[in-house]
Amino acid sequence: MNIHIRNISKSFGAFKALDRVSLDVPAGGLLALLGPSGSGKTTLLRIIAGLESPDEGVIEEDGQDVTERHARQREVGFVFQHYALFRHMSVFENIAFGLRVRKVANAVIHEKVNELLHLVRLDGLGQRKPSQLSGGQRQRVALARALAIRPKILLLDEPFGALDAKVRVELRQWLRRLHDEIGMTSVFVTHDQEEAFELADEVVVMNHGKIEQRGTPDDVFDHPATPFVMDFLGNVNVFHGRVENGRAFWHGIPIDYPDYPHAQAREACVYLRPHELDLVRANDRAAGTNGSGQRSLLANVVRLTRNGAVIRVACQPHNSIGELHVDIPADAARDLSLNPGEQVSITPRKARVFVPDLEYVI
Amino acid sequence: MLTEMPTKTVPDSKRAMIALATNPLQSGFRQATDRGGDSGGHGRVPSPSRRRRFAAVLPGFGTSAAITSLVMVALVVFPLSVLVLRAATLGPAGFVAAAWTPRARAAYAVSLGASALAAVISSALGLVVAWVLARIDFAGRRLLDALVDVPLALPTAVAGLVYSALYVKQGWLGQFLVPLGIQGAYSFLGIVLVLVFVSLPFAVRVVQPVIESLDRDTEEAARMLGASRAQTFMHVVLPAILPAVVTGFALSLARALGEYGSVVFISGNMPFKTEIAPVLIVARLEEFAYAEATAIAVVLLAMSIALLVVINALQQRLARNAQ
Repeated sequence: MNIHIRNISKSFGAFKALDRVSLDVPAGGLLALLGPSGSGKTTLLRIIAGLESPDEGVIEEDGQDVTERHARQREVGFVFQHYALFRHMSVFENIAFGLRVRKVANAVIHEKVNELLHLVRLDGLGQRKPSQLSGGQRQRVALARALAIRPKILLLDEPFGALDAKVRVELRQWLRRLHDEIGMTSVFVTHDQEEAFELADEVVVMNHGKIEQRGTPDDVFDHPATPFVMDFLGNVNVFHGRVENGRAFWHGIPIDYPDYPHAQAREACVYLRPHELDLVRANDRAAGTNGSGQRSLLANVVRLTRNGAVIRVACQPHNSIGELHVDIPADAARDLSLNPGEQVSITPRKARVFVPDLEYVI
Repeated sequence: MLTEMPTKTVPDSKRAMIALATNPLQSGFRQATDRGGDSGGHGRVPSPSRRRRFAAVLPGFGTSAAITSLVMVALVVFPLSVLVLRAATLGPAGFVAAAWTPRARAAYAVSLGASALAAVISSALGLVVAWVLARIDFAGRRLLDALVDVPLALPTAVAGLVYSALYVKQGWLGQFLVPLGIQGAYSFLGIVLVLVFVSLPFAVRVVQPVIESLDRDTEEAARMLGASRAQTFMHVVLPAILPAVVTGFALSLARALGEYGSVVFISGNMPFKTEIAPVLIVARLEEFAYAEATAIAVVLLAMSIALLVVINALQQRLARNAQ
């Protein structure tokens, strides 16, 4: 079932949670709503579920307007961040709840619930109480409960937010396989980009009640549409510089920016990702000019930190107060054997420039 | 204008009262034994972690247990022992003759019947009031919240007088109700009315914080699964708050059984009809029949304790089930 969302707005008092948001979710797709807290992603999910009603706008499912339809009648499965299991009921009864209120026959309920217990790998735990399960198991019960009513759409609100790191990774790989098996249109909310990128077909980045960008994980990461997306996707060095005549300058290093061919200088932001910078010892290669102008920057190493498979080198450029972070592979770092205080030369392989309010100038 | 209210804070003092109230029969003493069981205290050196755990909450197990025992003995056990001993001076035959007369049996029946009915009404009304106070935000909610406690502060004799003035034949309400055959004063109904008045605060205050702390997600989950409002209430909300409702019932019942001041003014105190046990006790005292009065008190006390033990057991079972 596909979902069309048209110009949805929602305010809570003076706070505008959603501001004319439009979004299409293709049938069978797995979409991530990614954004910081307060960006409106959960509100959007709750509106799709029918738990909130929008101030304006329309929601269509397979071409049918369901905006006014109550949550009960939406045929939507919803998984809550903190599981929201019925504590006084056994696992079995939790999963059976949606069928019981539909007055499904007992024998059918037994068959379906056992099937679902098997699907979420909780065979034999049906008689346990939720309090006797681990966090990961509880979330799987919540998922089975949501799937029991055969929803047309599955919505998940920060489904792994309350779990520890290892369980989270296992569970999302399992959820991805499950989605591929049952192929249900699914939308989940997260503030964790790693989670969004690993699990989703497409990522919708939200901020301040608006959609900043929508695209495949590759699109969003490699071609961020706005400074916010660039920033939010993490670990970015941001510098304020100038742009003129189709070039921006970062510490005197020119970066091509053909979108702004004007002679009048203008403020711009330069974004550099830590893994898109090259770093060598300063005495290995002369910093400064090489014919066409300066290409690299001298800096002092401030500290080295282990960050997964890479070493993050925090550097202090000579003529700046801000720190610059460079990620280099652990073995390369070992070969360099850098120490704090040593001088390095940094060359950007790739840089992005954003000019605020470009339209206004032109 | 009604809007849903996400959270609400209850003043600390009120919470403390509620915390005390939620489990009337479970004394601090017993809780302490359940936790540690190590009464060594001063003599032995407990393991560091255990000592730190106690030190953080209580001023040492030995000291607090001693204070608790002393308080309980001085305030409850000792006076009640005197009561029982005084009644015992009658001897078995004298005890039965004093405490099991037809008039006394009628008084027990009125006391228990009116109290039980009042506790049922208070629990039901209390649930509604607590729900409204905890969940719905409206102009004047804070005022209403404060009003709930008024019956605790008002001398109950005043309540009895006001109620009887309202419901007598010439009263504001009585002039309409009495012609309809509804006797609000000098009747069993009158007793139930004032007992609801004095017990309602307990029923509200025990349930209110539990409703406030309910996980709203579970109600939304039930709705998403297709449950109607009634189904959500019956299958999701009620099991979670039922232990508190039962506790509120027990407290209301206890409060109603012990009530004297308001009932004496509204009931008319007609033997065999509207005379409650406490009024009969006072009547005996006025005849200087002290031992007979204590005998009746002992029977009333035994009935109350038996009821509260049963209700408390039920409450604990429900609470265990709700986890």
